[in-house]
Amino acid sequence: MKRFEYARAGSPSDAVRRFRPGTMYLGGGTNLVDLMRLGVAEPDLLVDVSRLPLDVIEPVGDRLRVGAAVRNTDLAADPLVRTRYAMLARAVLDGASGQVRNMATVAGNLLQRTRCAYFQDVSRPCNKRRPGSGCPAIEGDHGNLAVLGASDACVATHPSDMAVALAALDAEVHVTGPGGDRIIPMPGLHRLPGDEPERDTVLEPGDLITAVELPAPPPGASTYRKVRERASFAFALVSIAASLDVGSDGVVSGCRIALGSVAHVPWRAERAERLLIGGPATGAAFLEAAEAELDQARPLPRNAYKLPLARNLIVATLEELAP
Amino acid sequence: MNRVEGRVKVTGLATYAAEYPVEAVAYAYPVQSLVAKGRIVRVHDAEAREMPGVLAVLSCEDPPRLAEDADAELALFQSRDVAYRGQIVAAVVAGTYENARAAAAAVRVEYDPDDHDVALRSDHPGFYRPDVVNPDYPSDTVKGDVEAGLAGAAASVDVTYSTPVLHNNPMEPHAAVAVWDPEGRLLVYDSTQGASPDRDTIAQTFGLPREDVRVVSRHVGGGFGAKGSTRPHAVLAALAARAAGRPVKIALTRQQMFDVTGYRTPTIQRLRLGADAGGRLTAVEHVAYEQSSTLVEFAEQTATPARVMYATPALRTAHRLVRLDVATPSWMRAPGECPGMYALESAMDELACALGMDPVELRVVNDADAEPEGGLPFSSRNLVMCLREGARRFGWRHRDPEPGVRREGEWLVGTGVAASTYPARRRPARAFAFVRDGDYVVQVAAADIGTGARTALVRIAADALGVPPDQVHVELGDSDLPEAPVAGGSMGTASWGSAVVRACEELKRGDGKEGRADTTDEVGNDARLARHAFGAQFAEVRVSSVTGEVRVPRLLGVFAAGRIVDPQLARSQFIGGMTMGLGMALMEETLTDEEFGGFLRRDLAQYHVPACADVPHVEAVWLDEQDGELNPMGSKGIGEIGIVGTAAAIGNAVHHATGHRVRDLPLTPVKILSRF
Amino acid sequence: MDITLKVNGTPHAVDVDPRMSLLDLLRERLGLIGAKKGCDHGQCGACTVLIDGRRANACLALAVAVDGSEVTTVEGLAKGDDLHPLQAAFIEHDAFQCGYCTPGQLCSAVAMLGEPGPSAVTDDLALDPELTPEEIRERMSGNLCRCGAYVNIVKAIAEAAP
Repeated sequence: MKRFEYARAGSPSDAVRRFRPGTMYLGGGTNLVDLMRLGVAEPDLLVDVSRLPLDVIEPVGDRLRVGAAVRNTDLAADPLVRTRYAMLARAVLDGASGQVRNMATVAGNLLQRTRCAYFQDVSRPCNKRRPGSGCPAIEGDHGNLAVLGASDACVATHPSDMAVALAALDAEVHVTGPGGDRIIPMPGLHRLPGDEPERDTVLEPGDLITAVELPAPPPGASTYRKVRERASFAFALVSIAASLDVGSDGVVSGCRIALGSVAHVPWRAERAERLLIGGPATGAAFLEAAEAELDQARPLPRNAYKLPLARNLIVATLEELAP
Repeated sequence: MNRVEGRVKVTGLATYAAEYPVEAVAYAYPVQSLVAKGRIVRVHDAEAREMPGVLAVLSCEDPPRLAEDADAELALFQSRDVAYRGQIVAAVVAGTYENARAAAAAVRVEYDPDDHDVALRSDHPGFYRPDVVNPDYPSDTVKGDVEAGLAGAAASVDVTYSTPVLHNNPMEPHAAVAVWDPEGRLLVYDSTQGASPDRDTIAQTFGLPREDVRVVSRHVGGGFGAKGSTRPHAVLAALAARAAGRPVKIALTRQQMFDVTGYRTPTIQRLRLGADAGGRLTAVEHVAYEQSSTLVEFAEQTATPARVMYATPALRTAHRLVRLDVATPSWMRAPGECPGMYALESAMDELACALGMDPVELRVVNDADAEPEGGLPFSSRNLVMCLREGARRFGWRHRDPEPGVRREGEWLVGTGVAASTYPARRRPARAFAFVRDGDYVVQVAAADIGTGARTALVRIAADALGVPPDQVHVELGDSDLPEAPVAGGSMGTASWGSAVVRACEELKRGDGKEGRADTTDEVGNDARLARHAFGAQFAEVRVSSVTGEVRVPRLLGVFAAGRIVDPQLARSQFIGGMTMGLGMALMEETLTDEEFGGFLRRDLAQYHVPACADVPHVEAVWLDEQDGELNPMGSKGIGEIGIVGTAAAIGNAVHHATGHRVRDLPLTPVKILSRF
Repeated sequence: MDITLKVNGTPHAVDVDPRMSLLDLLRERLGLIGAKKGCDHGQCGACTVLIDGRRANACLALAVAVDGSEVTTVEGLAKGDDLHPLQAAFIEHDAFQCGYCTPGQLCSAVAMLGEPGPSAVTDDLALDPELTPEEIRERMSGNLCRCGAYVNIVKAIAEAAP
């Protein structure tokens, strides 16, 4: 680990004020300390924001405001989250371990970096870690990498479960930074790799996430499901956050679908949603929508399994949610 | 009786290798090769030497003195040649771990790389027949006419199975603390499965007399073979301590463990089986294709269980090895039997399907009354009773043999069976028993790597002395104690226990104060017999037709392993082996990086071992097996047989659930889903 | 950097390298070897300790970032000679073999029993579930045991649970 300076921020604005090139904000540390030990992250200055008073969950009208420093455990255990945003509670509980969830913050979870084996190994090339060095995953180990929205430069996936649910919930990410405060709607926080895979998100240098605000939950039933070879404590092969609202006439009046571990971003399946809304809530319609969504995929030899997996998952999940 | 060291383990006081308090200890951190093959042109270490706290940099630029006959994996910095990616090519010693690690990252090694070859494939032109396979079995055997047996068979299978690179991954990373005294004697606290052989290897590597080296390893955080032989970290600690002039500690990272502490070779195995209409085997052929490094030949004995398992008039077994630019594979829990029985027992299931015969019955009708290869009589063999008892307990008779027909919602349900076997051997050992403060002390340089050796030896000594166990104290894990073999090959308790019994007998026979034993002659005079433990494993699986996920709600193992010395420890060993077998079946796999060499997914987030949620119900029971031809305890080793057969039982159950046969471990959703 | 923290009730004031983890501080500076280093990346749970009463991976916590905290390690679970009920249950059920994951399992279990709310296997998120074996297994899945003592660990925890 490279030497660095450590400072504790007294307030969000103090954190932003301390920011200079080479600075990173430290939340729960569950990913950043991990990456620093690997040599992947080499900050000169760590500004600890984990103890800022951003750890409150509070209703704002029919919305719910979740502070950026709320620990994952507390998010999933919150009575309002459990009852109104079951999809989010389930996604959080499906991630990592009890210990990691106790440490990890909401903002840190959103800003997790890919678990691509090449990204995590500084002795191998990686365009995300060292722009221009190449992407060996495309010819090599891409078994759990992206099938949607990837580029020739990068096929990494975003590893978060929580972010998938937030994308489906149309959550808003509140940010403060050198350029002032702004609100970034999910799933727009994360970006596709394009030819700048080193940029995971649209955040600018110095930006600090202060909160995530959840709009009123979508009507209908919702859930989160994660597929993994180990029954717990494993990253997803594919995951899904979905909600479905079907009128008494059997017509879909609302539908949200987001997929995890298929892209550089939590993937909002907008094509499928558009096809489903206003149509019948039948297995055939679910299948057609799933296939339309996955038509855009560009799988590689060793991750092509994600297409039938995602298709099955969309269909099975919607069937489960249908009345 | 609970584990005698239980209290120190649950209170955090048990000392593992890196945890002995040593004054003024410094830290070493290795630098690993970035090429899979080539020559080191230059090690640029000037920057590292200038970094804070750095005491020394070791590399081939100034090779430290080691014996010329040192094992090639241990001869650190003696050569400029690189044999695999991840090989230790330099190291930094510093006053703190943080400084050592940071400085190691600043060492730049310049290579002249060669093209590398790291992929095991069935058509590799480099395959050859090794002279022997681990530890000293013949590579090939032939009995009868396999082609004729197959030609005349009513049913036959010709199938190829493959298993991936597997890593032992004991929870305690390999660690050592090395301390040289002013007289040039070396003390190493090491994570090892055998203090005596580790001492011998370290002495040989440094060209020291054995008396000048002492290895201490009172508690070892698992090994599963990875700590069965001396690993480079121990040599590096001693080299670094010599260079720095003070004690040095090294603890490998989990990632480094993947590179330099051994692994199970990947295998490609072709099985040809034929049987008559009654299911009696007419031919068995098992050929295994495996890899080793260019440094050391390690040939896993994968096809050897076919020499033991089933009666057949025609039997051929063979091993073919290719030397690649990879690290040297080594022992991992039940080398040979574990991958070999996966393939053989899966093929037996396929044969049962081809015959339309119950897979338990197929194994029963092919039971052997003498070792199929060579004809040695068995000292005891109760495979059939294990199968029968397991079938009874598991509810096997209610099983519908039809594959792919049981469904609960999206989940397909199936059951499978496979047999287990493991040799029951022992090696010479020494022990010393004496009276201290009215209690009995038994000393033997055994290792307790989690097997419960301390506790088992207390029981054995108490029985031999005719005293309550709480009057017996066992001292082990120190090469200054009476010499003992490694905790490996399921031979620990049998070997050490034999010496302990004889020492206790000697104590009782003599003045009642002390007794010594050396079982070299006794073991050398063991009658020529086939000594093996057997077992049967049953698995229930659920396979998601949506996701291809496989879950194992139930595993049952029934074993015949001689007299069980300690039921609680035995059960833990069996279920522990079966749990590791579940991992092998469903999730464990290390990828080889064909582009850059070395391994990928070198951590516990990517190399999945089973978590608690994967293991709802594992049960192990055993038969009361009497066998007077083993050792004074009448026991067979139990550390490894638990993993033998588990993967096949699960794979066979997956076939029963889905109707699809996946012949390539692990059985991940990726592979299952492609069959639907 | 100078930090203070309380470990098992004992205050410590130490000057630490900002790069040092809480785990290395405990093991290499304070002589508390109970918390184990199994992976150093939060992937195995062997280093689990309680930080201000909550279970956490000590390898992922920088020592400077836990300045002022109260830390409980496995050495702090017993009351003098009296083992914590979980420690006694682990011995009784042979819930370990090599013992290397055991301190982490124990700290994890102690904290887990006090953790409210549902888990990934809870059917009804609105209710706090009974601590069934299935719930224990899921909640303890952050602590790997390569010896495969899981079935005994679950029995020990179920027995010791209040």
